[in-house]
Amino acid sequence: MSGETLLEMRGINKTFPGVQALKNVNFALRRGQIHALMGENGAGKSTLIKVLTGVHPGDGGAMSVEGKAIAPASPREAESCGISTVYQEVNLIPHLTVRENICLGREDRFAGIIRWGRVWKRARKALDRLDLKFRINLDAQLSDCSIAVQQMVAIARALDIDARILILDEPTSSLDEAEAEELFRIMRNLREQGMGIVFVTHFLDQVYRVSDTITVLRNGELVGEFPAASLPRLELVSKMVGKNVDEVKKLEKRVAVTTASGRKTVVSARRLGRKGSINPIDFDLKEGEVTGLAGLLGSGRSEIANLLFGVDAADSGEMEIDGRKARPESPAMAMRFGFAMLTEDRKFSGIIPNLSLRENIILAMQAKLGPWRKIPPRKANEIADQFIKALDIKTPSREQQLKNLSGGNQQKVIIARWLAVHPRLLILDEPTRGIDVGARAEIEELIQKLREEGMSLLLISSELDEVVRNSSRVIVLRDREKIAELSGDNLSEQNILHVIASQATEDAVKEAVQ
Amino acid sequence: MRIVGIIIFWLAMVVFLYGTRRSRNVAFWPLLALACLLLFNLFFTQQFYRLELREGSFFGIPVPQLYGVPIDILNHASKVGILAIGMTLVIAVGGIDLSVGAVMAIAGAMMATLSVQLGVSPAACIAAALAAGLAAGMWNGFLVAVMGIPPMVATLILMVAGRGVAQLVTDGQIIIFNNPILTSIGNAFLLVPVPFLLMLLMLIATWITTRGTALGFLIEAVGDNEVASSRAGVSARTLKFLVYVFCGFCSAVAGLVQTSNIRSADANNIGLTLELDAIMAVVIGGTAMTGGRFYLASSVAGALLIQALTTTMYAKDVSPVVAPVPKALVILAVCLLQSERVRRLFIGRRGTA
Repeated sequence: MSGETLLEMRGINKTFPGVQALKNVNFALRRGQIHALMGENGAGKSTLIKVLTGVHPGDGGAMSVEGKAIAPASPREAESCGISTVYQEVNLIPHLTVRENICLGREDRFAGIIRWGRVWKRARKALDRLDLKFRINLDAQLSDCSIAVQQMVAIARALDIDARILILDEPTSSLDEAEAEELFRIMRNLREQGMGIVFVTHFLDQVYRVSDTITVLRNGELVGEFPAASLPRLELVSKMVGKNVDEVKKLEKRVAVTTASGRKTVVSARRLGRKGSINPIDFDLKEGEVTGLAGLLGSGRSEIANLLFGVDAADSGEMEIDGRKARPESPAMAMRFGFAMLTEDRKFSGIIPNLSLRENIILAMQAKLGPWRKIPPRKANEIADQFIKALDIKTPSREQQLKNLSGGNQQKVIIARWLAVHPRLLILDEPTRGIDVGARAEIEELIQKLREEGMSLLLISSELDEVVRNSSRVIVLRDREKIAELSGDNLSEQNILHVIASQATEDAVKEAVQ
Repeated sequence: MRIVGIIIFWLAMVVFLYGTRRSRNVAFWPLLALACLLLFNLFFTQQFYRLELREGSFFGIPVPQLYGVPIDILNHASKVGILAIGMTLVIAVGGIDLSVGAVMAIAGAMMATLSVQLGVSPAACIAAALAAGLAAGMWNGFLVAVMGIPPMVATLILMVAGRGVAQLVTDGQIIIFNNPILTSIGNAFLLVPVPFLLMLLMLIATWITTRGTALGFLIEAVGDNEVASSRAGVSARTLKFLVYVFCGFCSAVAGLVQTSNIRSADANNIGLTLELDAIMAVVIGGTAMTGGRFYLASSVAGALLIQALTTTMYAKDVSPVVAPVPKALVILAVCLLQSERVRRLFIGRRGTA
């Protein structure tokens, strides 16, 4: 299937202050190949992509496309070499329309005036090449589209420049099963057309579903390039984390979950709802229990979390906290009830990018104390150091700006921020999104540890296996409504999908079951 | 010839600065520029450093006071310095306050009118002027933090309307007053000028309230990522509101200083275009216009640099018509030096991602 070499990177080095992000890394991509790039947090995947696309200039090494040496100094130069990238966080312009986004910066002009007719046609053509099952409204404002649609638009943009090399950096982390499957279909399609695709992901299943070749990086070094078919899953994981296979088996073991009966109820919601976001719903959250929320994207998972944490105000129903009627009206108020929430979008509502690790960790604690009772510097240092050690956050120092850490480490810092306030209820909205296997296992372990200590947890994840593995009870949502609550022996991925699919009219879901 | 000399000197200085290694402290650049400017004056401006000790009075008590160009700089920099303190916090939460000049005029008008036309006691006049500043700050804070109007637009409203309010208070007159206490604020000396002492006092008080408590940290967090901060339980709206109120207060103090200094309330001219100087002082001080980390002392150093430049231009007999050009060049140099990208060009060191 693999044709001639399309892209070659040799001896790539990249150093950031205090960190050598890439050490002498080689990478090759052939025509008609889907090449997965795998590795833990900080393994250097994103850095390699950024060197390739000219975001960061490399410190050494050579790159060539179809035998011609290239040295892109900006993403735009990389585009002109035929390399197009769809980033983890979709970086399009939210206030422009779909079609403007597809053609932005490359509009057809006549005497400086944009020829919208042509732009429209080009946008349509690019989307047609994707052969989508649904129709995207080209005049919709991008911010009104779902993340999945935004992703498709980003890919369409890549097609519009006739890229020969398409880089997908964590494309599926915001997609639900059916949407991911749709993306894979598109990827296979593009492979047939001779495109070379670099696929960066943390989802092992997905790697095996679409990739031909897997390159593994660890700590900025190349571990090796392997044909996907001859690399067992377990071996891949062991190569990524640098541990032997037996150790990995332990990590993969299904965590035993106890059913919680007779435990104290922390929150009890009755007919709780908000117009336009979630229909009235009943649920209980108990101490020492992990409750999962499962459902497709847009089914109302995050909306429930937002109601609980006071981000959005409920407009119907009642909520009892510790048996007393109460309804959080703001995150600050929710925190006084002992709630904490790890938000879904780390960049938008999680990290304080320019402040230090230490400041990010003590933020919630300080907010709870109020501005007048300052946490003494020595204590702040202690708290930060303690969490850096306990959660194994990889950083040169606690004074490092948070934006300089990798996604997984940023996530750990935000978890630390919440653990520092000792919450009774911890809401985790997509805690493992954009995080590698190692950190993921650590976070899952942490969830179980917190549960054993008596914390109540609400886990939201678009990965069903993660929800099933970690929860003792799962609330299944569809179209902003609770359709089932599974626990004990009934709790399995198959059952959840079955429940969702049984009433769903879309065939897409069935595809996801397979 | 002199202008050419100044420009050549500054170019030489900029080259010298490029050669120095990067400093972590943001206040380094404005202070270095200030030091170079003072050094320049030592060699090229006669009698720049001649200080005289004279008999003066402080609210009627005989007190020695210093006279000389450097003291002049301290005296005249204090207005912008006081404004810059409030402005720093507003910019730190990601906002901006264009109304500070107009609020100065309102405060001055209040003080003069109450004293001259109603015969109110000086203490009450000052209190009323400060209260007017607080009220103006609350208005701005309300528009920005509660109504969610973009700060540039919200404060533009008071920038335009404020002078009208001041005119209304003074009934369109320039009100001259000579109450010894009120004229002392802007003219008295306690060895050094009282306005300068006021600025120092406000700087120290603000530094203690922001850095001695967690206020400064929370303000920086809100400025850097407002959504994430409020999700972490920070009352972002309250903080934003308070910061505008404080900025209004600072404007009123600066207004009192200037009104007192010229012994009259001129609603049309008090604080005119000073909002721009204040913003410039903050920028020179290294606080980013996008919000986040802020540096109070560094902003005040920026105000001192601006005034030192202006005074140097006068001392070198540069025509006031062209004086802004070399001034702008120096400020440009300081801002460029603070830009990591520019520094990297000259230092040849790769920064962080």
